[in-house]
Amino acid sequence: MFYILAISIVVFSLLAVTSRKVMRATMYLLFTLMATGGLYFLIDYNFMAGVQLIVYAGGIVALIVFAVMLTEKIDNKTALPEKIKMILAGLLSVVGSIVTIYILLSHPFKETTDDIGQSVSVIGENLLNYGDGGYVLPFEVVSILLLASMIAAIVVAKRKFDN
Amino acid sequence: MIPGVGITHVLIVSTLMFFIGIYGFLTRKNLITILIAIELILNSVAINFIVINKYLFPEKINGQIFSIFIIAVAAAEVAIAIAVVIDFYRINKSIDVEHGETMKY
Repeated sequence: MFYILAISIVVFSLLAVTSRKVMRATMYLLFTLMATGGLYFLIDYNFMAGVQLIVYAGGIVALIVFAVMLTEKIDNKTALPEKIKMILAGLLSVVGSIVTIYILLSHPFKETTDDIGQSVSVIGENLLNYGDGGYVLPFEVVSILLLASMIAAIVVAKRKFDN
Repeated sequence: MIPGVGITHVLIVSTLMFFIGIYGFLTRKNLITILIAIELILNSVAINFIVINKYLFPEKINGQIFSIFIIAVAAAEVAIAIAVVIDFYRINKSIDVEHGETMKY
């Protein structure tokens, strides 16, 4: 099961960055994010899988689909990048991933074998804990950030032009 | 913990995803497809946090909390980016990056 998910993650992300139709690229991104959600289900983090599916696959992809429909013609093909740029970027990605995978394979990870299940309430208590090691400050900062970005999105998108 | 699958296998998948995102970010010209590449990069980092949390420190929850923050920041980023893309389209009648030479109000 893991290998099916892994292959679909890699293949769909490759398609998402190479497909020349924007709507199809968005759909491939959706498949990648859903496969990631499946990966989270596989390692028993059901809450994270739910957040991934709801926020990423549900919210962000829907926003991108709206942006595509508001701007492009659906069957427009995007411009092909220049050859030299493609070769350089591909070379950079291949060399970078080879170096990273080499380091990953040569690093001894101390994997634990004990399988501790975790309930959602632990995450909630930690997010609201203002004692030692609690996360209430970043939680509030992220809340303010989300509010500010929503207001900014409205202000930017509603701008009027005189020309 | 997935039976029979080590942590390196999962980390290799997220590494490939990250560098595919880098490739897309460098080669694409359309603003929305650049945004898609950024989503791939952020998502691969979230996978890393979750997997390391699960395989190496299963009694802690810091990795999960950080990936929740990553997802929240990605949502905020996409909301603003979509607004900017629509604005950009109204000024330039196109969302290719090379048409955006002027940044004045």
